[in-house]
Amino acid sequence: MSDIAYRRPVPVTTETPLARHLLIGTVLALISVLLFAPLIAVLAEALRQGWTAAVQSLASPDARSAVRLTLIVAAIAVPLNAVFGIAAAWAITKFDFRAKAFLITLIDLPFSVSPVVAGLCLVLLFGANSTLGGWLIAHDMPIVFAFPGIVLATMFVTFPFVARELIPVMIEQGRAEEEAALTLGASGWRTFFTVTLPNIRWALLYGVLLCNARAMGEFGAVAVVSGKIRGETTTMPIMIEMLYNEYLSVAAFTLAGVLAMLALLTLLLKSLLEWRHADLLAATRRH
Amino acid sequence: MNIEIEELAKEFGTARALHPVSLSIPSGALVALLGPSGSGKTTLLRILGGLEFPTSGRVLFGGQDATGLSVQERRAGFVFQSYALFKHMTVFENVAYGLRARPRKERPTEAEIGRRVNRLLDLIQLPDIGARYPNQLSGGQRQRVALARALAIEPRMLLLDEPFGALDAKVRKELRQGLREIHDRTGLTTVFVTHDQEEAMELADLVVVMSMGRIEQVGKPADIRARPATDFVRDFTAA
Repeated sequence: MSDIAYRRPVPVTTETPLARHLLIGTVLALISVLLFAPLIAVLAEALRQGWTAAVQSLASPDARSAVRLTLIVAAIAVPLNAVFGIAAAWAITKFDFRAKAFLITLIDLPFSVSPVVAGLCLVLLFGANSTLGGWLIAHDMPIVFAFPGIVLATMFVTFPFVARELIPVMIEQGRAEEEAALTLGASGWRTFFTVTLPNIRWALLYGVLLCNARAMGEFGAVAVVSGKIRGETTTMPIMIEMLYNEYLSVAAFTLAGVLAMLALLTLLLKSLLEWRHADLLAATRRH
Repeated sequence: MNIEIEELAKEFGTARALHPVSLSIPSGALVALLGPSGSGKTTLLRILGGLEFPTSGRVLFGGQDATGLSVQERRAGFVFQSYALFKHMTVFENVAYGLRARPRKERPTEAEIGRRVNRLLDLIQLPDIGARYPNQLSGGQRQRVALARALAIEPRMLLLDEPFGALDAKVRKELRQGLREIHDRTGLTTVFVTHDQEEAMELADLVVVMSMGRIEQVGKPADIRARPATDFVRDFTAA
């Protein structure tokens, strides 16, 4: 026995220090190059001519209208997609029906279709050359190159986020708690609000935040249907592209910086909520 | 309340979970549905609770046709295999859930809800756990809380799906005794599903042996042991 050298016991899941440092270093390098460097570059470019120039470029009516439009579109598209996402996830996970696999594929469609194609589909459907579009324009309700088209395009592109987050969680949780609530006399709505919703709230929040980030940042589909009417149908991403093409780089990067900050704000919000409810999260988590 | 099951059948697509079965459960009985997995015992229990609907046949509760009653209208206290306690609610709120879910006119006052919940927690001999969350309880405690929650709605019958399945042998023995006592005290017609023949024989007044969606034999435990009706019953109860 004495020929067996003494070795300090090491947990089986622990790597050697070299491997650990290599892995952590690679991740940090990647994050720096892919995430932080561009973010800093955007902010640096925005502030190249100082704060006043940046603030002035934001104060222009066109820029203000772009920020407003982006926020309004997100404020409409995100709640609607949250409701649709919950409905879709509910239908898929709590009921058995024949077209289930088809419905799941359909939910993923916006992820697999290029946003530009999605935008073109809307133009084909509601554009001036289509019967429906012609009728709508004649009745003063234009969809394409107007506000409703932008909302529709945004909703199409961001549809999967909430449903995608919810479906795995709801499958994992099964139907037993809902069934228990029903046997205790609760109605379907009461079951949903008192049992289902509390169980999925974190996944829902995460889906909504992702949906929101994409809704504010969506470029391709919105670019096709917006018509780029300055001060009317330009969202922030489109405004950024227009400014950039006009060599107004301070204005372009300032707006880009604001857009990035809005995304960071949503993430901050999520972290804050998680931190405030940490004890409740721990208490309700499954073994 | 007595339960009559008349020619009840259930198909899932092309699969037959239940061939037409008939069974009569006397009021106040403690009945075990005994059989291996896939024998249709859980399907039968879920049909009684209104969680599944039969393809054909009738269910009568106290002589009244209950086949078309919704799960809420059945007022059957149901204890699920994994208990299905509401994870995000305290034990108190879990037990109070059925009382709070009542329409406003029939809903007890907050003080009355508190009294009833505490009485039920006394009944399951866990008077001090109202403020805890389900994941802070042991398996046996969760099972008893699930039982209290089912009893809170003043059910017309008690239905239990493998109530002792997820517990170790010692706790199982204790809880069997507990269920027997609660049954005797409330006098509720009680049906439980099990694949454990020893459990069925020890606890039930009446054992229903099932296999492949059919009822093989119905009888008192001693009679089934002494006179198995089919080879299947002999093999299964000998195990």
